[in-house]
Order: sequence, then structure tokens, then C-alpha cells
Amino acid sequence: MSSRSASSRSSSSRSSSRLGRSIALHLFLTPLALIWLFPLWMMVIFSTMPDRGIFSPSIELLPHGSFLDNVNNLQRDTNFIGAIGISVSVAVTYTFLSVLLTSMAGWALARYQFFGKGVVVAIILGTITLPYAVVLIPQFIMVARDFKLANTWVALIVPPLFNSLGVLFMRQSFSMMPGDLFDAARVEGVKEWRIFLFVALPLARPMLAALAIILFLASWNNYLWPLLINSKPGAMTAPVALGTLIGLTKVSWGGIMAGAVMLTVPMLVVFVLLQRHFVAGIAAGAIK
Amino acid sequence: MRYQNATAYRFLAPYLLIFSIFWLWPIINSFLISFQATRTVPWRFAPTFNWGRLIGDPAFFNALKNTLLILVIQVPVMITLAIVMAVLLNSPLLKARGLFRFAFFAPVVVGEVAYSAVFRLMFNLDYGIINKLLNSVGLPRIDWFSNVTPAMAVIMIAVTWRWAGYNAIILLAGLQSIPQDVYEAATLDRVSKLKQFFYITLPLLKPIIVFCAVLSIIGTMQLFTEPFLITERGGPGGGTETLGLLLYRQGFRSLNFGYASAIAYTMAGLAIAISLVQLWLTREPK
Repeated sequence: MSSRSASSRSSSSRSSSRLGRSIALHLFLTPLALIWLFPLWMMVIFSTMPDRGIFSPSIELLPHGSFLDNVNNLQRDTNFIGAIGISVSVAVTYTFLSVLLTSMAGWALARYQFFGKGVVVAIILGTITLPYAVVLIPQFIMVARDFKLANTWVALIVPPLFNSLGVLFMRQSFSMMPGDLFDAARVEGVKEWRIFLFVALPLARPMLAALAIILFLASWNNYLWPLLINSKPGAMTAPVALGTLIGLTKVSWGGIMAGAVMLTVPMLVVFVLLQRHFVAGIAAGAIK
Repeated sequence: MRYQNATAYRFLAPYLLIFSIFWLWPIINSFLISFQATRTVPWRFAPTFNWGRLIGDPAFFNALKNTLLILVIQVPVMITLAIVMAVLLNSPLLKARGLFRFAFFAPVVVGEVAYSAVFRLMFNLDYGIINKLLNSVGLPRIDWFSNVTPAMAVIMIAVTWRWAGYNAIILLAGLQSIPQDVYEAATLDRVSKLKQFFYITLPLLKPIIVFCAVLSIIGTMQLFTEPFLITERGGPGGGTETLGLLLYRQGFRSLNFGYASAIAYTMAGLAIAISLVQLWLTREPK
């Protein structure tokens, strides 16, 4: 009897301590989340305000109605819609090619034994921590001067095709698949490239989705390389075109913010819809 | 498994081709260029020309100092914050988990240019929302971009905002790979949650924390866009100039490829040193 009442007392004190911890958790995390959302919220607010409103002493935290005016202002300052067109085309092409290349390489590393495998793996692991700065200058000299490809799509798409985390991710995905499946196809006499295309790739669909999202985002947001190699107006990607306006004296900041929103909000929507793939793609870099 | 050299290399060929042309050769070439005087036509071999200049260049040491200062402050703050975010997001007590995940992870998809523009506007002296909010609670406004210390603070705040959630995603995946029964056993033994965090979570998470730290250090070491766009080309007066920005100025404004390559290899040397420290920290105990 007494033991039962003691145990019920301890369980009620445990549940009240759970409640206390839950309240503390939310009291800490809610302000932190609001601070974290604040810059994104302000980006949206600024994009809806006329320049007069942005540069006024009052505090404005709610949306106004000038978004379309701001888009017009932006388009007057730089051909942003054209730049968006380049960015979308480049990102789509890059994503397709890069997914193909990295999954082919990942497949080879996961499924075949071959001479020099250790070297290839060492290269991939070694380049993860190598600063991009080391290749930047010769890459620029080669693409711009030797190949004469500055201000072309090829310059934007081809050099970034090498990426190491994607290959590791696909190697991991393919090596987790049961080998019997591929052996069965081999017994039937199916060629290796057909096994890869028609058996392995369809099985890897969720991983390919994760990889594609990460690669698309990387291309969409890429700044330094496109800034250097495609600096001619008319060949610029959207982030580069927007970057040229920051720091100018006679420029519409409402327009710049509208551009920032056009770059960011579609990605946020994709993020919300495909959060699981996003998170899987980013986490895969570290967790083996 | 039998050797299938031809098949394997057929699958690897496009990838290795891109690697050889756009990475392998540039890595070697960058090293060679750093030993050449590149402002004369044709370039000539001059082994001490760039490296000699580097060790006596106050602009290089200024950029190195700024970069290391940002590293030493920003990376530990961000990693700590990311661990806190990951652990709290993983709590079974959390309600509206999706909203919190969105708040912390959303910056991951925001491009450098877009967020640089927003931070620049938010920290504007006269019309920035941060100074308006400081004023409204009776604090003096801060001239963020005319003085070095607040300008550095803005850079660090911006980078932390952009990347803390990214690291939290990786750490959260690591947390979720820790078997639950370890915690259940600890709870049965009446080990407090705080002790569980320090004696179970942190040690098991260590390799992932080190991985995040190394990636963050190497990323921050190359910091370019934020000082380029937020503090206006490393301003005030070079006070926020980083190695990445110096490399850009030397390589692509002054077209001094040799000197820029020497700066790039200095960064690579630092990265290699940091990777070795990582290997040492995460070595298997004998």
C-alpha cells in the first residue's frame, strides 16, 4: 500500500518535471526560432516596400503592396528576368549531368573491384577538404584564356561537375543494395550499363532525388565562379546580376530585395515540400 | 570479387576526365604559377618573387589575421549553437517540430548574395531595422560598417545565421543514429539528462562534431561573399578583408595570378594542417 502510493507520487513528480522541461524547452527555442526567421521575414517585407518606405525612420514589420513596382525597378537596374532564365537553364542542365556523372562514378566504386580503386577513393576524400581557392586561378585561366569559353553556358556548367560528396553518397546508396539482384540480371546476360540504367538507378530514386535537390541548389546559389567567368551583362546568372547592384549609390533597394525574394522563395517552397530529401542529402555527407 | 577494370573505368571515365582537366591539372598548375612572375609577358620563373612578397606583405598579414579572428570566434559559437539546436530539435517533448525545423534549416537554401543584401540593409546606420530596434528600447544606435569591430561582428552574425542550421542537420542525423537503449539504461540508473548529454551524447557525437568543425573552418577560411558584399570590399579600410577577398583582389582585379596562387596555397596549407588535426582528434583509440 505505502509502496504503491510512493511510486504514484514519484511518477506524478516525474510527469510534472517533464512538463517543466517541456515549458523550458519551448520558452528557449521559440525566441531563437523567431530570431532565425527574422532576416527572411525582413527580406519579404523590404521587397514589398517602396524605397521611400525602406529609407524612413519608422519601424515596418508588415508587408506593403509595392512588390511588382520593385520588380519593375529591379528590371530597370539590370536584366534580372533574363538572368533568372540563364540561372534556371544552367541549374537544370547541371543537375541532370551531375547526377548522371556522380551516380556512374558511385556505381563503379560500389559494385566493381578494379585496379587503382584506392587511388580514386583517396582523390575523392582528399578533395573534400581542399580549398576551392587552389584550383580557382588556373581554372579561370584555362576556361577564359585557353578554351575561350568565358561568358558561355559551358563555362558555368562543366567545371563544377566534379563534386566529391555526391559520389560518396551514391557509392553508399548502391553498395547498400542487395547484390543478388544485379547478379540475377547478369546471369540473364544483361549488359552492365543496362543493369546500371534500368535496375540500379530506378532502385536509387529517393537518393537521386536528394542528390538532385542539393546539386540544383548549389548551382542556383553559386556565386564566385559565375562572378569571375560570366561577368558580361547578358551572360550573368541571377545572383551575379543582383550582386552588381549591391553597393551602387543610385539603385532601388526595394528592387534588390525583390530580386532576393525571387531567388530565395522558390527554394524555400521546394525545401518545405521536399524537406526529407533535403535533410537526407545534407546529412549524407557526414554519416556513413 | 574478380577485377573488372574495363567496365569500372568506363563508368568512371567522364568523372575522372572532369577531375583531371578542372581539378588535378589546376592543383598542380596553381603550385607552378606561384613560382612565376606573372605581371610580365611572357611569365618567367622567379621562385622567390611571390612567396618573398607574401612574407613581407602587410595586406597579407592583415587578411590572415582577420580570417583567423573570424575562425576562432565564429566557428566555435556556431558549432555550439548547432549542437544546441540539434539536441533540442531531437527532444521527444518538442511540439510543432516542423515549424522549428523550418526556422533553423531554412537559411540553408538562401543564397549568399540574397542574404548579404538583407544583412546589409538590416544593419544600415540610419534606416536599418537593427538600429531602429536598438533605439526603440533606449539603446544607442551602432555605426556597424564604419568601425572594424562591429563590421566584423556583422560578418560573424551573418555567417552563423547562414550555416548553424546546416551543421544542425548533420548533427541531428548523428544524434538519431545513437541507439536509444543507451539512454534508457542511463535513465533507469537515474543519470540526469544533463549528465547523459555530457557523458553519452557528446562523446558519441564527437567524430561528427569534428567533421562539422573542419568543414566550417575550411568554409570560413575561404570567406569571400560576405566581406565582398556586406562590408563593401572588406571595409572599413581593409578591416574585414579576408584571405579569400585578398585572393580575389590580387588575382582578378590586379590580374596578379602568381601572387594570388601563393595566397591560395597558403590557404591549402592551413586546410591540410586542419585536416591532420581532424585525423588526430578522431583516431581510433589503441
